This record gives sequence, C-alpha cells and structure tokens, in this order.
Amino acid sequence: MPETVKTYTKKDFTSDQAVRWCPGCGDYAVLAQTQKVFPDLGVDKEKFVFISGIGCSSRFPYYMDTYGFHTIHGRAPAIASGVKLANPDLSVWVVTGDGDGLSIGGNHTIHLLRRNLDINVMLFNNRIYGLTKGQYSPTSEVGKITKSTPMGSLDRPFNPLTVALGAGATFVSRTIDKELKHMQSMIKRSHGHKGTSFMEIYQNCNIFNDGAFLAQTDKDQKAETVLILENGQPMIFGKENNKGVRLDGNKPVIVDIGDKWSVDDILVHDESDYVIASLLSNMTYQTDFPDPIGVLYAVETETYEETMVAQINEAIKKKPKGNVQEIINAGDTWVVK
Amino acid sequence: MGKTMEQVDEVVIRFAGDSGDGMQLTGGRFTESTAIVGNDLSTLPDFPAEIRAPAGSLAGVSAFQIKFSSRDIHTPGDKPDVLVAMNPAALKVHQKEVAPGGTIICNENAFTPKNLKLAGYETNPLEDKTLDDYYRLYSIEMSKMVSLANKDLEISPKIIDRTKNLFALGLLFWIYDRSLESTKKWLGVKFAKKPEIIEANIRAMDAGYNYGETTEIFTTRYKVDKADLPAGTYRNVVGNYALSMGLAAAAERSKLGLFYGGYPITPASDILHTLAAWKHLGIKTFQAEDEIAGITSILGAAFTGNLGITATSGPGIALKGEAMGLAVMAELPIVIINVQRGGPSTGLPTKTEQSDLMQAMYGRNGEAPIPVLASSTPGDCFFAAYEACRIAVKYMTPVILLTDGYLANGSEPWQVPKVDDLPDFEVSFADESNLADGQFLAYSRDKKTLARPWAIPGTPGLEHRIGGIETEDLTGNVSYDPDNHQYMVETRAKKVDAITNEIGPSEVFGNKSGDLLILSWGGTKGACRSATEALKADGKKVSHLHLRWINPFPKDLGENLIKFKNILIPEINYGQLIKIIRAEFLVDAKGLNQVRGKPISSLDIQDAANKLIG
Repeated sequence: MPETVKTYTKKDFTSDQAVRWCPGCGDYAVLAQTQKVFPDLGVDKEKFVFISGIGCSSRFPYYMDTYGFHTIHGRAPAIASGVKLANPDLSVWVVTGDGDGLSIGGNHTIHLLRRNLDINVMLFNNRIYGLTKGQYSPTSEVGKITKSTPMGSLDRPFNPLTVALGAGATFVSRTIDKELKHMQSMIKRSHGHKGTSFMEIYQNCNIFNDGAFLAQTDKDQKAETVLILENGQPMIFGKENNKGVRLDGNKPVIVDIGDKWSVDDILVHDESDYVIASLLSNMTYQTDFPDPIGVLYAVETETYEETMVAQINEAIKKKPKGNVQEIINAGDTWVVK
Repeated sequence: MGKTMEQVDEVVIRFAGDSGDGMQLTGGRFTESTAIVGNDLSTLPDFPAEIRAPAGSLAGVSAFQIKFSSRDIHTPGDKPDVLVAMNPAALKVHQKEVAPGGTIICNENAFTPKNLKLAGYETNPLEDKTLDDYYRLYSIEMSKMVSLANKDLEISPKIIDRTKNLFALGLLFWIYDRSLESTKKWLGVKFAKKPEIIEANIRAMDAGYNYGETTEIFTTRYKVDKADLPAGTYRNVVGNYALSMGLAAAAERSKLGLFYGGYPITPASDILHTLAAWKHLGIKTFQAEDEIAGITSILGAAFTGNLGITATSGPGIALKGEAMGLAVMAELPIVIINVQRGGPSTGLPTKTEQSDLMQAMYGRNGEAPIPVLASSTPGDCFFAAYEACRIAVKYMTPVILLTDGYLANGSEPWQVPKVDDLPDFEVSFADESNLADGQFLAYSRDKKTLARPWAIPGTPGLEHRIGGIETEDLTGNVSYDPDNHQYMVETRAKKVDAITNEIGPSEVFGNKSGDLLILSWGGTKGACRSATEALKADGKKVSHLHLRWINPFPKDLGENLIKFKNILIPEINYGQLIKIIRAEFLVDAKGLNQVRGKPISSLDIQDAANKLIG
C-alpha cells in the first residue's frame, strides 16, 4: 500500500446524514469506534468502500463519509467481491447482521470466506430481527418468544464463529458493543489481516431484544462470563483472575487456579491453531463457559484477488498485446470477391 | 467413374444419432467445410438436456441440422433433404420430418434387436420396406467398416467404433464435393497428444469418402455453388461466441475493464467459458456461488468502474430480478444477457423459446424500466452485445440483451467486422471538476441522456453513498418525499425513453404499405424474412419489419404499423410482443404462437399469412 500523506480526524469520516438508529442502540458505538479508528489506518480516505445489505446495521454506510453502497438483503458479500475484484487496491468493508449475513445471505457469507478475498466483514449480532420489528433470527436461542414464534422458536441457532471457521475463514474475531477499546483494536486487526476478516460484534437491540448480552456486558458479571483472548497468553478470566481453560484430554474444562491447578496448566491461546479456535467458538451458547472475545483465529494465505491477477498476468505474458481483432480473424476464413 | 455431378441450389442435411455418437461434432465439421467453399449456411443444433441419456433411447437422440445454399438464406431449413441416422432411435425421432423423396443414410450395424426395441420398432425398418416407397434409403455397415479400416491400430474396439461418425462425415463430404483437408487439420489440433486417435478418425473419414467414390450405390454427387454474398472476408460463427467477442470488443473500445460474473446454466455457460479463456485481454471472470451473486458481483464491479456483464437463462433470470431493480435505482451500467430457453421452471433447458420478453420488460418490483434489445442471428449477437454495453454506459442503466438457444448454438457465415469501425464508445469518469461548490451530486444528470455521473471509488473528493432506498434528486441521499419519488420514477422512465435517439428508423422490408406486415423480434427474423420473400414472390402485398429494440421501440414504429391492413406477429411463446404492440398502438395484430422448443418454420408463417390475407 502506498504511503499516505493525508492526515485525518474522526470528522473526516462522519457524513452529513443524520444517524437514525433508535436511541440507545448498540450500533452507535460501532459507528463511533470505526470513525475514530479509521484516521489511524494509514489509508487514503477515497479508498475506503462500505457495502451493506438490509437491516438496521446496513444503514451504516450512509453515516460514513467514504464511498458506500447500501444494497439488497443478504447480498453485500457478493457485491463487495465485485468491488474488490474490479479494484484490488480498495479497502472494502461489509457491514451486515445476523439475519442479513447468516439467513438470507448465508450462502454469500460462506463463499466469501472460503474464497478469502481481502474484505473486512463486520457482523452485528443482536440475535433478533430489528428492522422488521422483532422476529427471531438465526442466532436466537431455542424457544425464543417473538411475534412470529408465540410459543417459542423451534430452530437451533447458528453460531457465527463456527460457521465462519467451517467455511474456511482465515481470520475470525469477536467483540462487544460496550467494549470500546477492545472493539477499536479488533477493527485495526481486521484491517491489518490480509484475506477475509470476520468480526462478530455482540450488539444490543434495546427495543426488541434488550439485554441479550447482559451477562457479557454487566459490570458485575462480565469478568466471569467473558474470556478475553490474547495470543500467546493463558486463557484466564474471573473477577480474581483465578479461572482458566484447561484441556482435559481433548475437552476444554474450566478450572480454578489455586491448589490443584496452576497457571502452567492453563491452555495458551494460539491464533494460528484451528483446533483451539474451534474449541473456543463452541463455548458460545454454553452456560458453563465464558464467551471468548478477541481474535480466535488468524492465518495468512494467498487471497483470491492475488491469484486472479497472477493468472491474468501470466496469460498476458504468454500472449502479449492480445486484441479482439485477432480473435475475430482467427479460425478458418474465406474471401468473397 | 460414371458418377454424375448434379447442380442444386440448396440442401438441408440433418445428422442424428445417440448423444454419444458425436453428432454435434460431425455437424460442426461439415459446417466449417461448407463455409470454406463459400455457400451461405445456417445451422441448428438440437440436443437433449441429459449429458448421456440411456444409449439407444429416444430421449438420448442428438441432432444437428445445416442448410446451405448458393443463395442468401435466413434459416436452418424446414424439412431435411438428407437424414443421417446413426441408430434406430434417431431414425424414429427424425424420419417423419424428412422431405418426401429425400435421402436417409443409416448405420446398419446399429439396427440390432436391442436398439430396435429401445426405439419401439417391431420390425427392422431397413428391411421391412416401410421406408422404401417414400425415401431413398441407404443402409451402410459403418461400424463394421471403421473396424476393418482400423484393425491394425492398437486401440480398443470401443474407441474405434466411436469413429463411425467420421465415416458418415467422409461420405457426406464425397456426396457434396467437399475437401477433407480442414477436418484433418482440425483433428490434428484437437487430438494433438493422441496420434492414434487422429489416425483412426482420418482412416474412418477416408473410408467414408472412398465408399462413396467406389461403390455402385451412390451414382450422383451434388454441387452447390458459392453464394452471392457481399464482398469481404468471412468466417463461420456460433451465436454465443459472437456475443462474447462483442463484449470483449466493447471493453477494448471503451477501455473499461470487463468483469463477468455468472453461474453456469444451459445454454448460457459457453459465454462464461469463452470469456474465461481470454484472460490475456485482461478480462476478469468470476464463477459465483449462485445466480444472485452473479449479478450482484457485477453491480459491485460496475460501481467500481468496470463493465459488468452477466449471462443466464430460464430460472436464472428469475433469480436476478431483485438485483436488476437495484441496478435501476443505483443507475449503474450492467448488461444482463438472457439466452432464452423453454420454460416455465426448468422447462426445456436445451431447447429454444422466446418466452421471457414479458419478464425482461416488466419482471421486477416497482416501476423499474430497463432497456431491452434482442439479437436476430448468430452473427448479430456480436453487434447486439456491443450495442448493449455502449447504451448501458452512455445512459448509466442496466440493459437486458435477449438471445435464445437457437441463436446461441446456431451458426452462420459472418463477414468479419473491424473493431475500429464499430461505433464510438467513449467513457469519462467523474473527477473533482464535477464538484459543485465543493459538493458532489451523485444524481445530477446529463441534459441529453439524463445519465448521472460515474464516480468510482478511489477518486479523491467524490466520496458518496448510493443505495436501493429511493434517492433524492441531485444528492442521492435517502428520501421518502412523495414529490421526489414521483419525480424520480418519471425521470428513470424518461431516461430509458431517451434511448430512442440512438435507434434509427425502423426498416420495412418490402413496400411501406400493403395487406400484411409481418412483425418479428429476436431469432425468428430469418424465418419471417424467408416467408416474406416467398409470399412476395407469389405476388402478395406482404412486408416484414424486424425489431432490434423492444424497449424503447423505434420512434416511427406506430406510423409504420398503421399502413398495413393486417399485422402478423410470429413468436416462440404464447403471445408476448403482441400484447405490448396491441397495448401501445391499439392495432389489431394477430399472433402465430408456437412453443415446441424449435424455431418457427417459414412454411408455417406463410400458412398463417395466407389465412389472414387469403
């Protein structure tokens, strides 16, 4: 990436449009952190492109003073792929939600991840359909009572992180709307990753699903319910920093650090280890385990667009100065006089 | 030798056999050799949807028809003069359509009790004399002869038997006085790594040729003179290939990157294959995860300044509807190619139809007008594709280009065009000079075309947002204002209407007034023109008008229509253009509607015309 000479402030990334989310919505925090972090990324402003689908979170591009395209339900990853392939120099961001990215657009999400284009996905997970006023979503817990499920929802939820890992994502992370500093660092990590980065954001919908992440955000509880991941560090949490994740055979268990177990017995996080990432992702929806946040998985490999450009360059090298007239004239021809 | 050479004006040959018998290849080679001698020609491949239906079954019959002539022709012909039937099923399916007194050539070795039973024959038609009163029947042991010709080669009998189509081809080359050289050269390239396969095929072809030369059963050869085509260099071209070249030419002339996003679907996939092979032109192809990602990826590419192209067919076009609406709202240039096939649902995947016109015109939610044009011949697919791209960019709009299965796979001699002679195609992206008082107005418009500026990501100072929610005039901001919505709906419609300025006056073939006007669109042009020529030769006051653009229509269409006492609209659908014409111009047009998965024949059009005007 060429060295940028321009310096920006948060204001440079704030558009003139009034933000229209409900007062108290978690989306505000994500927007503010993004606008705050972007000046530090070292990218010329005109190179940022935000693509979104449909849903509350998908209004995001209107509020960023960058290039933006608010498209149709679920298709943002496919549209973003076209943007990135047309111009690989751009910094492309997809803003989506649990309904947009995992239900109607689930197919595009998994295929973007397996192709590994250098695109950053921010998935706002509020475990509810907000824009359509409160139906259960593919991440809602079983038995969720909503307008469309008066006796409780029947379907088992998707876990966004396991879906991403299963689809072959090269970068999988999670943050929480209330953890501002953590979110900032996750946005920076997403940007720094070469390949598709997948960031799940626990986001509270205070109108239709208030308190969905109360256990993970409440000041008195969160130390016990959230595991903050740091690469190369043991997985320790708890008010007294006295709990940890230990591997019992190949099963993770929560242990108290003290008499029986010491810090040395605690599993050390390794972002490049798919098995660890998989164990961590599966702690979601399990009341016995804390919800991990941070970077679960990060490995680098060639991106789709790099390979595409390489193939084109190779073809041009083999047949330089190709033109359409040559193709038209090829084959058996004859002359009528 | 005692063999006579008879001069004929035109011949229709149909090659038919099992899906695995190589009939498309045989037809393709005969076509190339026919093109080289300078006949005018037109072809019609007709194959089953199944890759390999059960061998010997009626469902598995694949056919290829070619008409060639010393005159200017417009269709692949109606009734074949010659049928090559490689097995009983092929004979059963196609025999009834052979012209009375025509020739039928069969591979006798394939008429086994098992194959006869599969085709539903109780007795062997080659022996029971049922065909002899109507046709000249030649029963030849093709399998046996290729086996003998290749017996000293070290390849399996099964592979040797597969060369029997080359025997048939060799025989036809002899009958119609064609050189074997171009096919020998072609085999050399196709099987470059398998010299024994080249040898076996060449021996089979020579055996067929020599069989015609030496046996007593064929007494006559036929010669079709060169057609009197306009001077120039010609090649044979298949519709989908011509279309792909047209897209590439548009990218080259406009200097835009070409981004093709699509999902494989019959009969559109060949466009993806063709473009994927042209990476040396810088073309980017993206095989998307589904039809929706095909079109949405090109919308992203168009937003980023590329020429976005997708092609599909049948159910694929239904899946793209929502994204087309977004393209209308976002006013981005993309081209959607619909290679129409039989419907509804999966329908007839390999057969031709014109039944998506209504969907192209109206198949979206809301008021979402999209320009629609249709190519009329395989070679015309090149020019139609170029024009679709040029209009899309000039007017900043999605454009739908309709072709069909017959155009896509059919072929014709094509006067090789010069890319430099194509209409100008200049593009300018917006830059800082587009700023008004420091503000970029993404929905300001060119006064003449009503196109909005194309400002692509990466351009400093022009950062802006667009989307599928109704856009405010000038700024493009979200707007729910009633007056603004009314204005924007009208403006998007006016923009499409303004494209009439690009379309010349409609061309009437024949007199400008009379008893009957035959009105056509798309791939039925040739049959309508042939019918008109025949009717005119009969002294009938009949003219033909062919539409390239259906949305918008040429400005003078209405005044041309009312000069005729009758209007006949032949379509391969249940009546679609006719509804638009009747609604738009309040004329009492009559339809000729066939949905048989095949082109309409010029004979049927003549019949319908005669019924109307007596």
